[in-house]
Amino acid sequence: MSETGVIHDIGYQRYEGPRLGRAAAIKALYVHGLRAAYGLGRPPKAKIFPWLVAGVTLLIAVILAAVRSQVPEFEFTYAQFDDSLSWLIIFFVAILAPSLVSRDIRSGTLPLYFSRPLRAADYVLAKFLAMVSAVWLLLGVPQFIMFLGAAFTTDKGMTGVWDEVRELVPGWAYSLLWALLFTSIGLLVASLTGKQAFAAGGIVAIFLMTTPVVGVLASLPASAANHLAFLASPMTLVSGVGAWALGNDIGIDIGRYGPIYGIEAFCLITACLLLLLARYRKVAAL
Amino acid sequence: MNIIATQALTKTYGGGVTALADLSVEVEPGVIGLVGANGAGKSTFIKIMLGLIAPTSGTVRVFGLDPVTETDKVRARVGYMPENDCLPPDMSASEFVTHLARMSGLPATAARERASEALRHVGLYEERYRQIGGYSTGMKQRVKLAQALVHDPDLLLLDEPTNGLDPAGRDAMLGLIQRIGTDFGISVVVCSHLLGEVERICDSLIAIQAGRLLRADRISSMTEASDVLAVEVSEGTEELAARLTEMGFPVSRDGRMLLVPLDSDAAYDRILRAVADLELNLHRLDQRRHRVAELFTKKETADV
Repeated sequence: MSETGVIHDIGYQRYEGPRLGRAAAIKALYVHGLRAAYGLGRPPKAKIFPWLVAGVTLLIAVILAAVRSQVPEFEFTYAQFDDSLSWLIIFFVAILAPSLVSRDIRSGTLPLYFSRPLRAADYVLAKFLAMVSAVWLLLGVPQFIMFLGAAFTTDKGMTGVWDEVRELVPGWAYSLLWALLFTSIGLLVASLTGKQAFAAGGIVAIFLMTTPVVGVLASLPASAANHLAFLASPMTLVSGVGAWALGNDIGIDIGRYGPIYGIEAFCLITACLLLLLARYRKVAAL
Repeated sequence: MNIIATQALTKTYGGGVTALADLSVEVEPGVIGLVGANGAGKSTFIKIMLGLIAPTSGTVRVFGLDPVTETDKVRARVGYMPENDCLPPDMSASEFVTHLARMSGLPATAARERASEALRHVGLYEERYRQIGGYSTGMKQRVKLAQALVHDPDLLLLDEPTNGLDPAGRDAMLGLIQRIGTDFGISVVVCSHLLGEVERICDSLIAIQAGRLLRADRISSMTEASDVLAVEVSEGTEELAARLTEMGFPVSRDGRMLLVPLDSDAAYDRILRAVADLELNLHRLDQRRHRVAELFTKKETADV
């Protein structure tokens, strides 16, 4: 190199460095999506909503942790935490999914992605994982705060902490279930339109309209109908799977039909992902 | 070595719409114009080269690679600038181009450096931290060009790069493209329906019409001197025409000019002498050049 302090017009320089494969691109898109979910790297306006929601959940967690440490007979499980925040999760998903997916459709950025090594499946995978992570963090972090509160105030020593861990892990799994199901539905709806407001409205509408169906079915005189009623809405479906797989006692009676809830949740997530993939296969052909 | 080679390339969309028919072309490095009317099959050709759609029949090779089976290798060496708006308004140009560099597989640090470089080359260095939403159309086109350039491709596919630009912006963009082709050593395919601008900056030209190849050749050979001499005199045009006809030249008139076919070198001198003998004031005497536009007009009249 020549002496410092002299500005040279170096002209165009070829790139000789490494070109990482698709896996690196997927990872970069995942990190980008997760950051964008919480408004990082985006204008201040985009930070307001996610941090407001996150703030509310954190505040609730801190209060719960405080109350649980002071009032030993106060029972509030990690699963109950998720269930009581269900509407907050829905609004979070309704804002997040369009900002992850509809924005790219609206601004026409997709051809730029798909003229690069990235494939439709890679794009779907990265966005899906980013949003699952974002939703899971929204629930998982406050649950961890509750855990910390309980672990530090337990009077049974290490066994108390261990008991708490054994409750936290199913709680986290339950949060993951929320994240998986709501992400797949949310992304599918959002991928259909470039208008963020429409997408958000559509997502909320799906949850709003299915809730009364559960109410109607649950009040039918047939017991099978009552036990299966919770299949009708994604929100109660999650609760149902939680009641069956994790033994959550959350006040819904699904009878012996637990496995059906599990199968439906699995099928719903798979179907949404396949449809999402089909949708992006079409878009990727420009 | 050819950068693009196709053989009997055909693309038929469902419903029997033929976008490309029997296209065989070999393209050498340089700045290449791809011209044709709207719907002539330019975009389809670009999509096939990017491996976004597979040809119905025939073969295509980009750098000797098949875009259908070796998609990643082809895309690593090709940069694409789409025709339509494709920029998110709420990101800065720097962030956006960096992001797309990473999508091309560049490591984080290299992506940032090359994004800055690419934006500097297109003339957006100062403004690169501003939101794209606040950019003018000309600046947006430059961002689109920068993202195509960021991963250092060997070939750029530019779809209507001067779309929506004012005359000054158009000149600047064409100048930039020419510079990329000549100084950066990157081959460029410029897609356009405006023949005039392509003609100005390209070394060679591929003209397609209704999915078929009209002609693919170097611009220089398309605009080579024709064997027609244009003569214009201040007055006495009739006299000169009569004299030349007398001398055995099949003269035709074009406004104030006389067009005389040249069959030999001697003919040039004989015409000049005829003008001198009549003591006319010569305004213009030039050998007409073929214009690229004739490519389309001739064909169209032949079709009728």
